Amino acid sequence: MSNTLPALPYAYNALEPYISEQIMTLHHTKHHQTYVNALNAAEASYAKAQSPKERIALQAALKFNGGGHINHSLFWKNLAPSPDKGGSGGQLKAGALKDAIDRDFGGLDNLKKEFNAATLGIQGSGWGWVGQNPTTKRLEIVTTANQDPLLSHTPIIGVDIWEHAFYLQYLNVKPDYLNAIWNVINFEEAEKRLL
Amino acid sequence: MFSVATRALRRPAMARTFLAAGSSASVHTLPDLPYPYNALEPYISEEIMTLHHKKHHQTYVTGLNAAEEAYAKSTSVKEQITLQAALKFNGGGHINHSLFWKNLAPAAHDGGKLDNGPLKSAIERDFGSVEEFKKTFNAKTAAIQGSGWGWVGYNAATKKLEIVTTANQDPLTTHTPIIGVDIWEHAFYLQYKNVKPDYLNAIWNVINFKEAEKRLAEVAK
Repeated sequence: MSNTLPALPYAYNALEPYISEQIMTLHHTKHHQTYVNALNAAEASYAKAQSPKERIALQAALKFNGGGHINHSLFWKNLAPSPDKGGSGGQLKAGALKDAIDRDFGGLDNLKKEFNAATLGIQGSGWGWVGQNPTTKRLEIVTTANQDPLLSHTPIIGVDIWEHAFYLQYLNVKPDYLNAIWNVINFEEAEKRLL
Repeated sequence: MFSVATRALRRPAMARTFLAAGSSASVHTLPDLPYPYNALEPYISEEIMTLHHKKHHQTYVTGLNAAEEAYAKSTSVKEQITLQAALKFNGGGHINHSLFWKNLAPAAHDGGKLDNGPLKSAIERDFGSVEEFKKTFNAKTAAIQGSGWGWVGYNAATKKLEIVTTANQDPLTTHTPIIGVDIWEHAFYLQYKNVKPDYLNAIWNVINFKEAEKRLAEVAK
């Protein structure tokens, strides 16, 4: 089965001014596409592999490119244009998600604060996540390194903190990117993901 | 093995006399670039060099000083262990970038020029040819899955040059660093975008092979 690059749910410029059209275009058509292509290649090699040793040798490529595909697919969907661009980005309405955020973080402002601090603390490339703990059902902030997919929790919101996700617009100033992106987080999609 | 790295971090003697009594923390400082910010054009842009040196490397220096200060004040093994990640990340960032600025040089000052000598001979011996060496280095460095560094390192056990990669800001400890290339996206993205191979091909024009040869001479006696 061949993996394909999912279409963006909005135009490349739809997340302006928070995430630039240039970044969205490169991020989707180059970076995510590369993960898809390489995942397909790794899966094709895996199908042909004839020993455990060969299969193990392919694990890194499957994890990296598979994780890249999973993570970015989740990412595009948990972003949405802001209201002045006709979307619901940044708007957290009353409901199950808001209740969970209030219960587990004391409110959206505190969630943002803790999330940004944790994501800024990643030492290298990776992702910041709001994840739902499958046992306790509580929302928790989790980070993953490189393109490791989030396995310990159900991904509710993911934010890419690889430099390619923000550098062209925010340069080295990661906090500005993390503050801005909350304006285009798709809380409606996030609420759908709750268990 | 650490001689090159620690030389890059030699602390000015003056700093010690001003430290508070009882403090054993050192004060690391951002080393100057050996050339102007635009000197590596067109291979590495002035914009990148400025941000990379003044923001990214400076942040590692600041972070390292803070981590070392906290470590000096810590009162339990648990606290010390908790600080290890910050020391490794910021200390590695400081070591790696200090080596990096020195193993780059403007084209006008022999950047990219590999003269006949012990380094060229070692490269030809261990990789077949200079072209093959660059090709292998670029392939391995481009293949890093995340942030990291590509290195030409001297293996003291085998007495050979080898291509090694490190993740994130991990310093190279298994080999003596001869040449390091930063493959974190901040090192190239503004100029080369997602096209890592173009950056890796370009940077060979500003690699300071003379500095590399000095590093090799120190260990390969």
